[in-house]
Amino acid sequence: MNTGWEAVIGLEIHVQLATQSKIFSAAANRFGAPPNSLACPVDLGLPGVLPVLNEAAVRMAVKFGLAIGAEVCEHSSFDRKNYFYPDLPKGYQISQLAAPIVGPGVLEVPLDDGAAIEVRIVRAHLEEDAGKSIHDAYAGQTGVDLNRAGTPLLEVVSAPDLRTPEQASACFRQLHSLVRYLGICDGDLSQGSMRCDANVSVRPQGREALGERTEIKNINSFRFVEKAIRFEIDRQIERLEAGLAVVRETRLYDAAKDETRPMRGKEFSDDYRYFPDPDLLPVVIDEAFIEAVRTELPELPGARRRRFQEELGLSEYDASWLTRNPDTADFFESAARTDGSNAKQVANWVMGELTARLNREDLTIDSTPVTAEALGQLVARIEDETLSSKTAKTVFEALWNGEGEVDAIIDARGLSQMQDAGELTDLIDGIVAKHPQQAEQFRAGRDKLLGFFVGQVMKATGGKANPRRVNELLREALGKSG
Amino acid sequence: MAPFSSLRELRQGLGRGDCTSLELTEAALDRARRLHESLNCFITLDEEKAVAAAVAADRRLQDGSAGPLTGMPLAHKDLFCIEGWPTTCASKMLANFISPYTATAIDRLQGAGSVTLGKLNMDEFAMGSSTETSHFGPTANPWALQRTPGGSSGGSAACVAAGITAAATGTDTGGSIRQPASFCGVTGLKPTYGRVSRYGMIAFASSLDQGGVFARDVEDAALLLSVMAGFDPRDSTSSAHRDPWLESVPDNGVGELAGDSLTIGLADEFFSEVSEGAECIDEARQALEALGFRCRTVSLPHIRTAMPAYYVIAGAEASTNLSRYDGVRFGHRCDQPASLADLYERSRSEGFGTEVKRRILTGTYALSAGYFDAYYLKAQKIRRLVAEDFAAAFRAVDLLLAPTTPGTAFRRGQLTDDPVAMYQQDVCTIPVNLAGLPAISLPCGLHEGLPVGVQLIARHFDERRLMQAGAAFQRATNWHEARPALEGAS
Amino acid sequence: MDADEIDIDHLARLAALRLDGDERSGVERDLQRIIALVDEMQAVDTEGVDPLAHPLDATQRLRADEATELIDRERYQAGAPEARDGLYLVPSVLSDP
Repeated sequence: MNTGWEAVIGLEIHVQLATQSKIFSAAANRFGAPPNSLACPVDLGLPGVLPVLNEAAVRMAVKFGLAIGAEVCEHSSFDRKNYFYPDLPKGYQISQLAAPIVGPGVLEVPLDDGAAIEVRIVRAHLEEDAGKSIHDAYAGQTGVDLNRAGTPLLEVVSAPDLRTPEQASACFRQLHSLVRYLGICDGDLSQGSMRCDANVSVRPQGREALGERTEIKNINSFRFVEKAIRFEIDRQIERLEAGLAVVRETRLYDAAKDETRPMRGKEFSDDYRYFPDPDLLPVVIDEAFIEAVRTELPELPGARRRRFQEELGLSEYDASWLTRNPDTADFFESAARTDGSNAKQVANWVMGELTARLNREDLTIDSTPVTAEALGQLVARIEDETLSSKTAKTVFEALWNGEGEVDAIIDARGLSQMQDAGELTDLIDGIVAKHPQQAEQFRAGRDKLLGFFVGQVMKATGGKANPRRVNELLREALGKSG
Repeated sequence: MAPFSSLRELRQGLGRGDCTSLELTEAALDRARRLHESLNCFITLDEEKAVAAAVAADRRLQDGSAGPLTGMPLAHKDLFCIEGWPTTCASKMLANFISPYTATAIDRLQGAGSVTLGKLNMDEFAMGSSTETSHFGPTANPWALQRTPGGSSGGSAACVAAGITAAATGTDTGGSIRQPASFCGVTGLKPTYGRVSRYGMIAFASSLDQGGVFARDVEDAALLLSVMAGFDPRDSTSSAHRDPWLESVPDNGVGELAGDSLTIGLADEFFSEVSEGAECIDEARQALEALGFRCRTVSLPHIRTAMPAYYVIAGAEASTNLSRYDGVRFGHRCDQPASLADLYERSRSEGFGTEVKRRILTGTYALSAGYFDAYYLKAQKIRRLVAEDFAAAFRAVDLLLAPTTPGTAFRRGQLTDDPVAMYQQDVCTIPVNLAGLPAISLPCGLHEGLPVGVQLIARHFDERRLMQAGAAFQRATNWHEARPALEGAS
Repeated sequence: MDADEIDIDHLARLAALRLDGDERSGVERDLQRIIALVDEMQAVDTEGVDPLAHPLDATQRLRADEATELIDRERYQAGAPEARDGLYLVPSVLSDP
């Protein structure tokens, strides 16, 4: 990277909360319906309508606050943020500026190298999402779909504690993992369920004062967060080194061109005229409410990661990888706890074969054809040496194709390794007798010839012999004098 | 039935079969049409819908399933949304808006059997004190056609004063029920903030707006309130306060004050504003004293600055409440917008009248960067001081008596060029809205042939004493029975 | 505060209003008078006073999370200035100068 410079990055992440209904209306909160078919009079901002706050949105925000060890504010309130834009039906967004529901907390972010950093969360507040503008359907006109208007958002604001694009991406990823664990967001980035704004500035290494920052808006993938920030850091450094100033502005990341550029349009005002929304009253959250939510908290990714290391003997890397997604962690844990299974082996299978296969077929772990139980049994059959690593792959393939249970597949395909010593001994004695010359040379010290004999045995058994047993028995047979 | 019958008389007549709802409705429609040219109090009259509702009401009256208002024609201020009806707020902006839903308060009135006759004229978006800012032309005062009926609910006041309907709905943000009630010689009730749902009542200033009623007398006003009021899950500011007294009004009426001799407070800060009709207000005080009320002086030192604080708060809230009128989803859109900015600016500039623009700009100023603390926040602090003044007074007295307006109905056009003088009209009513208190304006005499009103103000949710005192006053006096001599009415 | 400092054009832009000619000067003059009126507030000592946003001492009620609203798009869009295929249409937001 660019030596002599340090980047300072803070994230604002919009999390769409997985409620049944919208934050201020009883219209359904879901994705993919025909345009404006989920927009009720409140969402449309018709004359005379009023907002009423959704209890589940409050509950989810509190849950998030507890999960990051933040203060859940006893008193919070809603403000109006005023600007005109076609996808903002009332001409203002209901948000929380003065008194957010969640105060300062900390997010522990594991990095790929096994280390972890603590990222301070400054606040998290509730607000309503805007609708969508559709730009390409009609010549010279923009279509407005307000289905998304009123979707509850939790905006999580980090302190500028991040220093590299990789850290920023890891932070976004960790937050993604956390909200999935909490069950407060479906985490579907392709549908905009989480959107990230990044505030980026650079400064000479060692200097305290912050440089002028830019804001990159609406980044919707982990990879793009990394790429957008990297581009922006390079761009800023380039300008500064050329003696130009960084201009404070809002930019958009264009993934196709891998660049950021200044945002156009008039979505942004220079004066939002925030003030308390008179249609809503102060939100008061009492201790009983908080305690009730606390009892609903699941095991969080950090705790689960440590438990996987301690109880199941996983490496930091594997534990971290497997606990990122609660579905993956659940899958892994249930496979690892199958009788006769082995946690490290399961980890290898999940992170290797299974993930590769899922990616190739564009599936997620909750729709895998190979169940956790089946994978656990598969590993158990490797452990008890019924299967070799090669035959295990054949069984995995059969499981993927829905050919039945592990043991049934092994039987049907005759994949069980030859274990019986008597049967193997006879076979090996025959092979040694058939190749007296090679046996002689082996005894004379040509160790490499063992491989030749192993190959002959495997050939004769169709690969079903246990290689370790074959080695033992061969050495025994060849050790006997001719 | 005579045009000036009360709701209670109509109920009796309908119950006995002396008349039908259809007869009442057709008579009211006929009177409304005959008076339209002189008064212009309706924006919309819908004979077809009204007659259909009346026929349905007559069926219910016959099969014994009638509610407390079954068959009675009512008219509603045109900022209450009613499904299938134009709901214009007297603005060009909403001239073609047909509401797809019904306001909770109106839903309750219709559910109780009332017949909706039409929608009443008002100041545009309820911003005004004279019903002159209406896109549909000014409403005249039935007592003197060249004078204003007050505002913003001027159409409602004129409708009741002219005997078209026995009662009408209105809304009161800074005096918009009480001031026109005073100017037109009818009873006007502004309930406690939170009593009547604001859902479907097009917002002017959300923390001040409250729906209420115009009626011939306190008894009728209480009857309507008992139906309109009550908790509404669609309005976060709707109060869950239950009031057994109010619930019993349809059966038992307002009732008498329960023996206790109440103390009424009089604040010089209010009385010093009066320029006309002081003698009538003084007579009202004497009448109350004769009824056994004790009067004493109280001080409300911050009342004088309530008006400027009100114009900041109401303006601030209105400036953003009216942002939704942008020509995108409903309402007026300019021809051939050249760009998005052009669409917004021209649609809004064509759709809103001058007074609405003034208020939007005042509010925008008060909320804008650098001015927020000095204006909006300052106004909210004064609001607290005003509320505390009332709270302190109500520790010493049960009710407050005050003039409703500084003077009687002014001439049309008299104040249109001076918005600040127009704002002064509300100097006695505004403090009540800032504090969210219930108040009622009662006719208390005529000054040079024009009605004078007097205001009673009570503690939050103490409509019982407010209206029992008002009813006692009306049993002892007959100012509420005074009628204008209307040309072209018979 | 000096009421003469009002930047009427800036306020109009924030409020998405266009004021031309006589209306602009009339509204500017009225606004100066209104601001002069509301400036009477500045004489009141509000040191240590908490702002009051709402007349009742009530707190926000929470609504059960149920999607009960029935949507009638055709009816809601019946009065829309311009709608097609269920979308509201406006001049392109990208072509603005």
